[in-house]
Amino acid sequence: MPSMLLGNDIPTEALLQPGMDVMVKKQMADVALNTARANGATYADARIGRYLNQYVFTREDKVQNVVNTESFGVGIRVIANGTWGFSSTNNVTEDGIKKATEQAVAIAKANSKIQKEPVVLAPVQSHGEVSWKTPIQKDFKEVPISEKVDLLLSANAAAMNNGANFVNSALFMVNEQKYFASTEGSYIDQDVHRIWPTFTVTAIDRGAGKFKTRQAMSAPMGMGYEYMDGLDSEKLAGPAGLKLYRNSYDIVEDATVAAQQAKEKLTAKSVDAGKYDLVLEPNHLGLTIHESVGHPLELDRVLGYEANYAGTSFATLDKWKAGDFKYGSDVVNLVADKTQVGSLGAVGYDDEGVKTKKWDLVRNGVLKNYQAIRDQVHMIGQDESHGCCYAQSWDDVQFQRMPNVSLEPGTEKYGIEDMIKDVEKGIYIAGRGSYSIDQQRYNFQFGGTVFYEIKDGKIVGMLDDVAYQSNTQEFWNSCVKICDENDYRLFGSFFDGKGQPSQVSAVSHGSSTARFKDVNVINTGRNI
Amino acid sequence: MAIYTEEEARKILEKALSFSKADTCEISMEGNNSGNIRYARNTVSTSGHSSNQTLVVQSSFGKKSGTATIDEFDDASLEKVVRRAEELAQLSPENPEFVEPLGPQDYDASISYNESTANVSPEYRAQVASSSIEPAAAQDVTAAGYFVDRSGFNAMINSKGLFAYNKDTNVEFTVTMRTNDGTGSGWVTRDFNDVSKFDAAEASNVAIKKSLMSREAKAIEPGKYTVILEPAAASDLLRNMVRSFNARSADEGRSFMSAAEGGNKIGQKIVDERVTFWSDPLHPEVPTATFNGSGQPLKKTVWIENGVVKNLAYDRFWAAEKGVDPVPFPSNGIMAGGDASLEDLIRDTKKGILVTRLWYIRSVDPQTLLYTGLTRDGTFYIENGKIKHPVKNFRFNESPIIMLNNLETLGQQVRVDGNLIPYMKVRDFTFTSLSDAV
Repeated sequence: MPSMLLGNDIPTEALLQPGMDVMVKKQMADVALNTARANGATYADARIGRYLNQYVFTREDKVQNVVNTESFGVGIRVIANGTWGFSSTNNVTEDGIKKATEQAVAIAKANSKIQKEPVVLAPVQSHGEVSWKTPIQKDFKEVPISEKVDLLLSANAAAMNNGANFVNSALFMVNEQKYFASTEGSYIDQDVHRIWPTFTVTAIDRGAGKFKTRQAMSAPMGMGYEYMDGLDSEKLAGPAGLKLYRNSYDIVEDATVAAQQAKEKLTAKSVDAGKYDLVLEPNHLGLTIHESVGHPLELDRVLGYEANYAGTSFATLDKWKAGDFKYGSDVVNLVADKTQVGSLGAVGYDDEGVKTKKWDLVRNGVLKNYQAIRDQVHMIGQDESHGCCYAQSWDDVQFQRMPNVSLEPGTEKYGIEDMIKDVEKGIYIAGRGSYSIDQQRYNFQFGGTVFYEIKDGKIVGMLDDVAYQSNTQEFWNSCVKICDENDYRLFGSFFDGKGQPSQVSAVSHGSSTARFKDVNVINTGRNI
Repeated sequence: MAIYTEEEARKILEKALSFSKADTCEISMEGNNSGNIRYARNTVSTSGHSSNQTLVVQSSFGKKSGTATIDEFDDASLEKVVRRAEELAQLSPENPEFVEPLGPQDYDASISYNESTANVSPEYRAQVASSSIEPAAAQDVTAAGYFVDRSGFNAMINSKGLFAYNKDTNVEFTVTMRTNDGTGSGWVTRDFNDVSKFDAAEASNVAIKKSLMSREAKAIEPGKYTVILEPAAASDLLRNMVRSFNARSADEGRSFMSAAEGGNKIGQKIVDERVTFWSDPLHPEVPTATFNGSGQPLKKTVWIENGVVKNLAYDRFWAAEKGVDPVPFPSNGIMAGGDASLEDLIRDTKKGILVTRLWYIRSVDPQTLLYTGLTRDGTFYIENGKIKHPVKNFRFNESPIIMLNNLETLGQQVRVDGNLIPYMKVRDFTFTSLSDAV
């Protein structure tokens, strides 16, 4: 796990202790805003953050670690002489905040000497004193550790009883208590929750010198501990006995199936390389959306701010300005959405006080927009931020991060069975696997968790050694069919990295099962 | 924040340990000062400075352990953090793999700290940025770069009498130069413990030259090619190989290093006999601390010698299970090289591809250590001993094991990311598709 996410270790009970009172936070934030103004800043924001994490790690019948951490402090960002400055401190007192603010202004003034273009901020509404909370039913902090440990050990036992040789499981739970204030007149108190249960099951054939793994079919979610309830109403039956999950996850059931599938993989047929129609399940397709749509449409990449690290983008401004750039086929509608319930990216307001919203990125296959924040939108002739500014912690500066980016379901009634029935030669791929894409997001290669061969409208058996390679525009233009909304589910990435120094963020991608025609599949098997 | 001296650190750690009532107690502390500057579009985008210090207490009663952390070192805070670790230990389940702390150890004196690096100033960082931006702008190129400097210390003590202390420094620099017509891109990386060895202008010019050379790349068919991998490219794949040096995973049958008949591959020849790979915390070019986080001494350790696996890493629990001595994971990696310069390697190549770096490398099959990724920021076609023209980037699917079995020539070593890696010429490197990315 990224070390920057950790704070100080604390006892479990301490997670439940309330943080600083909201009125005190307002007073503290005002110290920052007033100090910034007094020192010549034309804009300032303060983020007082308390970040609580609980992680549980087990393997087989053993608890490896239970970690509770807390991180508390304030980050202050200012504009002085038209230039950004940032400073942070864990000394959340009037004196500590005053000093940090003075340092932020001093940094801004120093950097302004080599700044070529002054910062231009899009206007933002003043929200006054408001609050927002992830709509959870069960706060993970109130669920006893023993219950979480027992659940993971039950999943491990289910895997071992079904033929696994090893199983590692983990629960990641996060609560961001964020207070934002800015010189624009907003005081925003937010309480954000996220959860991610996951495991890896390993099956070994020592005689053949082979081992295979099968990852969990869970998705990290912007939910409380209720995600672990395993409600039958949120389960979907996939092909070949697969169990798929929507807004509620049954980890014991999934671990049972995982062990059986890991064993099956040991003797699965190695794929014949060639062109196949791919039927991609949402918990697989989400990662492809993330890499081939989410990242290339980040405006900071398009403009070159990430050139030295994550890279730039093929989706250049000239293509967007042309107004007819075919990102995908006519059935492809891709939306950005920071408000979607249950998603990892859902918040009421972003980390620069912009009320969140939903907007089109690709409509009927045509590129429509990017993801941008207050200091970027003027560069694409727009006057409203998209509300996707985020910092991983109080001591990191906020910048543009990917909102939830999702593929809209098909409009006609169409299920997974219909999809498979219509395929002559294809592969059904479920779950995330190996992923790699170039620095401008043209060429990608994806694996998956499980692969099934489709012949003449039927699943005929499991495949192994499968990866597909394509080009982003070619791939999305080969999308021929998307299942209806009954199949719609979220995929999630808990630790998406970007920036220097690198920061992580969590983001979801929804879709229904979709079919892509004639995609190049390679065989990844090697003999050493 | 001050970088504590050995005496100051010892005093704080001894004070904290004096509060312990647990069966065993191990306390570590570290602190660092770090500054950075980031630039893009030929202007500075962000810069920052951070100071952090932390002290971690692990208290154990029998096989039950608790860990607590604090960033204030006054007596009251130290006592509080020790009590908290003890409370957590009492509430924790037993860890069947618990291993008692080590007793006193002898450590070599490390050479990983340089005062020059500890004294890097904001003005120095701004100068680094200018050294990239100005020559770039003069040649119709756009610079995007990042420089970070760090100085710090770490120390530990335990109830068995162990004490360890180390100071270290390092700087890291990367810059990507893109031609303003969007058709060329070059990159360079440098890292040192001693900042006085770093020349931002020299490094930036390497990247500018590559960006200009790589304009208007031609597409050639993917397939198997002889490649010359610059050390940055080779080290990316080697780093992934080193991750498989875990004896436990190997013994458990879930690693490339698992032997088919059971156990692991120690003693087996897995790569070309010219491959020798070791770690050495006292190597003057890539020094590190001489102990790890468990207080185990780090010594020169040979992992692969003449192509044969000599060692895998055993943690203390697994070593006890297997009745062998523990072997800590390497803190750096050094691969034996040769005398050939890059120019020599190019001159001796009839037909091949020169690769500056690899990008977005991900595991495809842990069984065979197969990885995929792409070339980036400077890929060139070599014909009859000369660079003929730039080529479009490739996606590769390759295993470092296959790569090291297909060695043609090893060249001079270069420091990359704290490791010392040679240029290498390799035949039959597998490129599986083309990328339009520049």
